[in-house]
Amino acid sequence: MEQEVSGFAVKKGLAEMLKGGVIMDVVTPDQAKIAEDAGAVAVMALERVPADIRADGGIARMSDPELVLKIMEAVSIPVMAKCRIGHFVEAQILEALGVDYIDESEVLTPADEAYHINKHDFKVPFVCGCRNLGEALRRIGEGAAMMRTKGEPGTGDVVEAVRHARAVYGDIRRLQSLPEEEVMTFAKNIQAPYELCMQVRELGALPVVNFAAGGIATPADAALMMQLGVDGVFVGSGIFKSGDPSRRAQAIVKATTHFNEPRILAEVSRNLGEAMVGRSAVNLPDAEKMADRGW
Amino acid sequence: MKIGVLALQGDFREHRISLEKLGADVKEVRLPEQLEGLQGLIIPGGESTTIGKLMLAYGLLEPIRAFGQTRAVWGTCAGAILMAKEIGRDQPLLALMDMEIERNAFGRQIDSFEIEIVVPFLQSPEAPYHLTFIRGPIIKQIWGEAQAMLSLPDGRVIAARQGKLFATSFHPELTKDLRFHQYFLELAKSQSTG
Repeated sequence: MEQEVSGFAVKKGLAEMLKGGVIMDVVTPDQAKIAEDAGAVAVMALERVPADIRADGGIARMSDPELVLKIMEAVSIPVMAKCRIGHFVEAQILEALGVDYIDESEVLTPADEAYHINKHDFKVPFVCGCRNLGEALRRIGEGAAMMRTKGEPGTGDVVEAVRHARAVYGDIRRLQSLPEEEVMTFAKNIQAPYELCMQVRELGALPVVNFAAGGIATPADAALMMQLGVDGVFVGSGIFKSGDPSRRAQAIVKATTHFNEPRILAEVSRNLGEAMVGRSAVNLPDAEKMADRGW
Repeated sequence: MKIGVLALQGDFREHRISLEKLGADVKEVRLPEQLEGLQGLIIPGGESTTIGKLMLAYGLLEPIRAFGQTRAVWGTCAGAILMAKEIGRDQPLLALMDMEIERNAFGRQIDSFEIEIVVPFLQSPEAPYHLTFIRGPIIKQIWGEAQAMLSLPDGRVIAARQGKLFATSFHPELTKDLRFHQYFLELAKSQSTG
């Protein structure tokens, strides 16, 4: 009788269980409970939502372990937490705390400008951001068990999330249409491992679950991303920076389930109070674009 | 045979694929009227709190309870939690089976695991089955009509049956081995109501 703890299948498996769901950013145990009560499938524990990280400036780091632990105590659903790109010691600390997923995230200030974390070294699974298929497959090659398209965090503007999802799924469709002898050059051009390109070509999909993130602020935004083909959504600043977080959170959960039912989308979108104010992602100065962090 | 998969949240697509490989006609169920004409229903893995709240919001709890009085229902992991009458905390449940379930009984994600076990009630029982536990629950207590069907080597119960109702704390839908889905289709086909 063989018992294997936390192999890749169980790392990827937790993401499979989150599909069709909404993962919400929370900064306090009370917010975590509101998210759980609204039907979130998981929460992302952090000190500041991306909109505040943008507003405050400075260096954004892993959250205080005390906060992460309090959020883990407050809810029964999985708890994720972010570490800086390349900061494998922050990741070791989060693993020691027992978080359920680590997000190696461009929302925090990168710690290494050349290398991401070797995620195969960890028992805890990782989710990483991507803007296109090449970036997704590089992260999967490093051991990521779940992907999310980056979007532009903290803006409430869905345009970058749409751009990145269309890029990933467009690349997959192109790859599927190629004869086998063209796959190596395709892999070279998108800078992705050849074996993973072959796998995607066969599956017609990424080999791991892919959520949308970065700029989702309304039930319609969530349903839009689902109709574009993502497996679920992350909502960061969009919930707790809005007028009525609990109501908006419930509406986004329902919209993610019934993403193909305009009648239900119309109903859940009514009377949600003010959405987060937001700012245009396209007009951000380059230095403020979080999506361009990581490679 | 027409089988439904509750598709509110979770890994319903994997159940769908397994059932289709066995030739079943699979319908995704998100609203009560979609239960009509089905011979069986699977409640997939996912987050039990999320699935429960969505069942409540869209009026599915009572119709699925009624469905389970005469037809086969199988819950995997989160689905098994939703099948239980007791879970020791307040969340919406189908409460169909005489059992108490403990959520996240093995710990957090880093304690998730895989194990090979011989499952005597499946076809070709000599071949062990590869079980995947992801923040899985255990069946803590069983009473009344429910029967324990499978245990870990340490004795903790991980599958139970009550007539045509079936619960597993692991995920056969994540493997390519279709024997559990085959077992469920036979349950759905059988005439007895348990």
